[in-house]
Amino acid sequence: MKSYALPRFLVERDERRCIRCGACERQCAFQVHRWHDGGEWANTDDARCVGCLRCATLCPTHALVVRRNPTETAPNAHWTPEVLANIYRQAETGGVLLTGMGCDKNYPAYWDRMLLDASQVTNPSIDPLREPMELRTYLGAKPDSLKLAKRGNKTVLETRLSPQLKLETPIMFSAISYGAISYNACEALARAAAELGTFCNTGEGGLHRNLYRYGKNVICQVASGRFGVHADYLEVAAAVEIKIGQGAKPGIGGHLPGEKVTPEISRTRMIPVGSDAISPAPHHDIYSIEDLAQLIHALKEATGWEKPVSVKIAAVHNSAAIASGIVRAGADIVVLDGMRGGTGAAPLMIRDNVGIPIELALASVDERLRREDIRNRASLVVAGGIRSSADVVKAIALGADAVYIGTAALVALGCHVCQKCYTGKCNWGIATQDPYLTKRLNPDIGTERLVNLVRAWSHEIMEMLGGMGINAIESLRGNRMKLRGVGLNREELEILGIRHAGE
Amino acid sequence: MRAVRQVRGDVIKEKSVLSANDPPGSTVIDAEGLDYRELNRRVRQAASKAEELTLEGVCGQRYIGSGIRKPILLKIKGVPGNDLGSFMDGPRIFVYGNAQDGLGNTMNDGLIVVHGRAGDIAAMGMRGGRVYIRDGVGYRCAIHMKEYGKMRPILVIGGGTQDFLGEYMAGGVVLVLRLPGKDTTFPAARHLGTGIHGGRIFVRGPVSNTQLGKGAALREASEEELREIESLVRDYVGYFGGDAGEIMDSEFNVIFPKSRRPFGGLYAY
Repeated sequence: MKSYALPRFLVERDERRCIRCGACERQCAFQVHRWHDGGEWANTDDARCVGCLRCATLCPTHALVVRRNPTETAPNAHWTPEVLANIYRQAETGGVLLTGMGCDKNYPAYWDRMLLDASQVTNPSIDPLREPMELRTYLGAKPDSLKLAKRGNKTVLETRLSPQLKLETPIMFSAISYGAISYNACEALARAAAELGTFCNTGEGGLHRNLYRYGKNVICQVASGRFGVHADYLEVAAAVEIKIGQGAKPGIGGHLPGEKVTPEISRTRMIPVGSDAISPAPHHDIYSIEDLAQLIHALKEATGWEKPVSVKIAAVHNSAAIASGIVRAGADIVVLDGMRGGTGAAPLMIRDNVGIPIELALASVDERLRREDIRNRASLVVAGGIRSSADVVKAIALGADAVYIGTAALVALGCHVCQKCYTGKCNWGIATQDPYLTKRLNPDIGTERLVNLVRAWSHEIMEMLGGMGINAIESLRGNRMKLRGVGLNREELEILGIRHAGE
Repeated sequence: MRAVRQVRGDVIKEKSVLSANDPPGSTVIDAEGLDYRELNRRVRQAASKAEELTLEGVCGQRYIGSGIRKPILLKIKGVPGNDLGSFMDGPRIFVYGNAQDGLGNTMNDGLIVVHGRAGDIAAMGMRGGRVYIRDGVGYRCAIHMKEYGKMRPILVIGGGTQDFLGEYMAGGVVLVLRLPGKDTTFPAARHLGTGIHGGRIFVRGPVSNTQLGKGAALREASEEELREIESLVRDYVGYFGGDAGEIMDSEFNVIFPKSRRPFGGLYAY
């Protein structure tokens, strides 16, 4: 059927610059560029272009420009070109619209409506280059009180502490499964986590055997499909995370199409090659908070009570009450994933219309747990659209113990957020299993780029803390006096628990 | 609370795994009044030395057998609680009583034989090993059961089942025997094999098309399948008694996936 959808992008070649090297053709798995007659002339099929900019980035003479198609539909604020294109695609296929990455709609980013404080005159700021600055963070349940005893001359701790994860910086890599991303991308994340003294997360795709050596820096996920979940997997990881929901697609499960289940993925997920990997929307052993408690304790039993158990939920309308239940069910860590959180594949309508912004969910969950006097019983980790060190600092001031970064980490690896992860044709070698494409991502360079990113952010966090006269990230946690809102209404300020700038 | 009552030696040869009587030399743990965490701690501790354990007076303690990776023999007298053998990787468990919900949850390897019935979601997400239930089971059993390579989970049910048996099933074998006197639930069970995309469910006796879930199809068992069923029936009779010939003298149907890609055509380009 003829597609009525217009090309989203135009690809323009500057003939004066082009040296006819053919790199563009080799780099594009979507087959936009085709050279003919032994490199005499090329044609570009703009309709295939997804805007990943691999060709423009790799073109040695910068002869390619990719820009949005300037062809305009009749002006209409309601029936935008995007809306029309979606309807055309569905009229042509009768299918559900798929997409990748996080929600790209223009909902308010509250990170950008909050500003940080700094010391002036009355309390000195601190220079992290010369003075000690603590970013170390422990995730896990903290006791209500500490009992100390004297043994001879020594004071010893009598309270038995719950297992903790030790992070050298409050930034971890989000759950991204092997299957959604390539082996090389997984390896880069695991190695970077080990080098940084933080954690990466397997997602629900199991952990490749070669990566078991990074187990001390891996959080393993147990999701509804239970793919790759077995005793070795639980044993090797530092913590276990029960995935209930994901910010990009709250309320629905996952589906790794059979064509992506390669022999290596089959081994890791423990399912036959080529079979669909379907993660049901709910865990069928969890229909209540009591059932969740049962799975939390089943995993604690299976791991000898030596590892923290985390529970990840999508940020939705009643997150605060749900989080309270999760803490009472015995989780050591609660993870909130906001609607900007990424995914390898999600129905477009769900990604863009379900869930709530992470900032509001975080503020209300932290507030609720404090009010119920159970905030110490679990650490709070937030995920979903953290773009910079400033977002991290604001999240911690709002009450988070640490953050997960997913999209930002993939961008560090080369991702240009074209949102076509679900096609399996990622030209950057990230969201693909095609060996021709995956080898583009060198795990050594990938590791270096991730380490660079997190080191840079960590230093910026220290600078911001120092500017506020704070020398430990602990002192910022839940310190909402360090935040001020700009352009927010009274209700938003109340939910965020912050004052307006100038107040 | 009473602790380990008697320990009569570390290494015991397996005698008859079918007998409810303790062979001499079995390590016995009295579970009465013990919290599940304490009971499982003792079981794990004893399992590191003994090859055979008997738990007496078990009453609702959860997660028994979880986290043990040795093929020990575990005999349970009483009613074990939810998630018996969850994430289990090797032990052989014999229950002399009923089992509750979540038996064999995400089990990787081992054996569970229940001289009684089991509750809901038995064999959920099970990937390997075998489960034999003398009587019937509850709802959503074998949900998302899957297989991989040589790992092929097997669930044999002597009685009937309730709705959503084999939902999302991706591999393995379920055999429902519906033996006389043990089945009151199967004729009313619906949504069988909803979303099934791998594995097979064998049912003794008639199955109606109206009982099938989305994505499931029905046919008679083939000669080869009958041989497979017969070997499972022999196991069943070996554990619980009965006449294999008599059980086999019946029609057998197979619920199987219409497609391995149930959601292949769901999406737009």
